[in-house]
Amino acid sequence: MNVISNEPETINGVRENAVVPSVIAARRRRRIIVNSLRVLILVVIIGGWQLLTSVGVIDPFFWGQPSGIWAQLVTWVTQGTAQGPLWEQIATTLEETILGFIIGAVLGVTFGIILGRNRFLADVLGPYIKAANSIPRVTLAPLFAIGFGLGIQSKVALAVVLVFFIVFFNAFQGVREVDRSLLANARILGANPSKLTTQVIIPSALTWIIASMHTSFSFALVGAVVGEFIGSIQGIGLMIQTAGATFNVNGVFAAMAILAVVALVTEALVTALERRLLRWRPSTVNDATI
Amino acid sequence: MMKELTAMTQTQDTQNRTTTAIELHDVTKRFLTPAGKVYTAIHAINLSVASGEFLAIVGPTGCGKSTTLGLISGLEKTSEGVVQIMGEPVQGIDPRIGYVFQSDAVFPWKNVLNNVATGPLFRGQSKSEARKKAREWIARVGLAGFEDRYPYQLSGGMRKRVALAQTFINEPQILLMDEPFSALDVQTRTLMEDELLTLWSSLKASVVFVTHDLEEAISLADRVCVLTAGPATVKGIYTIDLPRPRKVEDIRFDARFVELYQRIWEDLREEVLISYERNKQRA
Repeated sequence: MNVISNEPETINGVRENAVVPSVIAARRRRRIIVNSLRVLILVVIIGGWQLLTSVGVIDPFFWGQPSGIWAQLVTWVTQGTAQGPLWEQIATTLEETILGFIIGAVLGVTFGIILGRNRFLADVLGPYIKAANSIPRVTLAPLFAIGFGLGIQSKVALAVVLVFFIVFFNAFQGVREVDRSLLANARILGANPSKLTTQVIIPSALTWIIASMHTSFSFALVGAVVGEFIGSIQGIGLMIQTAGATFNVNGVFAAMAILAVVALVTEALVTALERRLLRWRPSTVNDATI
Repeated sequence: MMKELTAMTQTQDTQNRTTTAIELHDVTKRFLTPAGKVYTAIHAINLSVASGEFLAIVGPTGCGKSTTLGLISGLEKTSEGVVQIMGEPVQGIDPRIGYVFQSDAVFPWKNVLNNVATGPLFRGQSKSEARKKAREWIARVGLAGFEDRYPYQLSGGMRKRVALAQTFINEPQILLMDEPFSALDVQTRTLMEDELLTLWSSLKASVVFVTHDLEEAISLADRVCVLTAGPATVKGIYTIDLPRPRKVEDIRFDARFVELYQRIWEDLREEVLISYERNKQRA
């Protein structure tokens, strides 16, 4: 009896001991291959670009050149841009993005929850919200430039409008999708309407709201940059605009690279926030994303 | 000690005043279907549950068992008839009621401790008081050491224990249970049934336990009520005279158990067949 029950364990134990090192080794090998291929792709693209432009197959005047882009970046970092120090441009764009994101998200969540909780109000306002949502909202940029001037306000306003609708629809849907039995349970346990909102509906809708934060943050950045295209005194968008207007293709690419870094850093911050707020969820969702 | 004593005299007082905890008089519930038709879920039900009694309701799937619980709890309103609790008509959600749901109704964003403490917190107790009580109840349902876990980290049986603790911590005088163990595997279910009987005997609440499992109904209840296929009416009520305390895993081999099972099943089978035929036609 003992022997029989012990046997599979020893077999498993032996097998596991033998398997584990080779599994770890295989995993490490795979990671090395993946990383070297990543570097290789970068080298091929940048190197090919550099090579083709220097031998004259591609005209660097129209399509830029990696060495030129790098030189432009160095100039901006050491000597500043045409409209002032580089960090000031980044700070301006970031300020517009973050302000627009926060205001838009707070408004979106608030209205989403109010309309999600109030069927009557949702029915009355529904057509107007749909109509407003169907307008391509970047077209508001010239309007805001006229209304709010060339300062930071017009960009923040554009970012707010872009962020608001995404967050609003997600918050609205999130409130509507709250599990009926969770609501019933909370009511039986003694929740009054305000507790029901703060303790059940908002936490439950938070998954939807947070999921929209990723998209809406990048939209806030789009709003800020497009706003700067239309009319501004500072910002990365203006750098792109100026570089484009003076046929400085390397400048456009360099500003794009800066934007990409800014976007990646802020994206990481949003992800950290998401992890903190949604730690009650299994982490499989995060593993699936790249 | 003093507190316990006054609590005991209080429950005795209420028992003396009203022997029936729940009463349904000619209760009918109709719904409007999305197609605009009127659907009668339950029709003219008369039912009463004595104080401290364990009543099981069985019936075919979708016959209106859960609706009955919804009406008693005050989550839903009757279309006709009156539901009374402790002699008073139901108006909204009564704090003396506890409800264990069929689906997982624990809050996934709260850990075990906060889930169990929810009721006392909603009812205005201080955080430290609620947590202290919650720890006691977590220990009573055998989850000590799991206070910090989130529901997704628990098994189905453990989540049900959380749900039981969450309900029992409010010390309900009326306990409504809607197929609470139907999603569990057979072994876990038997364990949970025994656990429920132990908890119930210490709480002395009146229980209405809805299930589609006749075996479960007979092993747990003082009386079993068979409902007809929708619209639900009471088809028959059977007294289960099996002695207590019961051991759920043993009692089903008792000769008396088998006899009762056969008698009630005769009744139930017809209704199950009617409901089955209907579903087949619809599909």
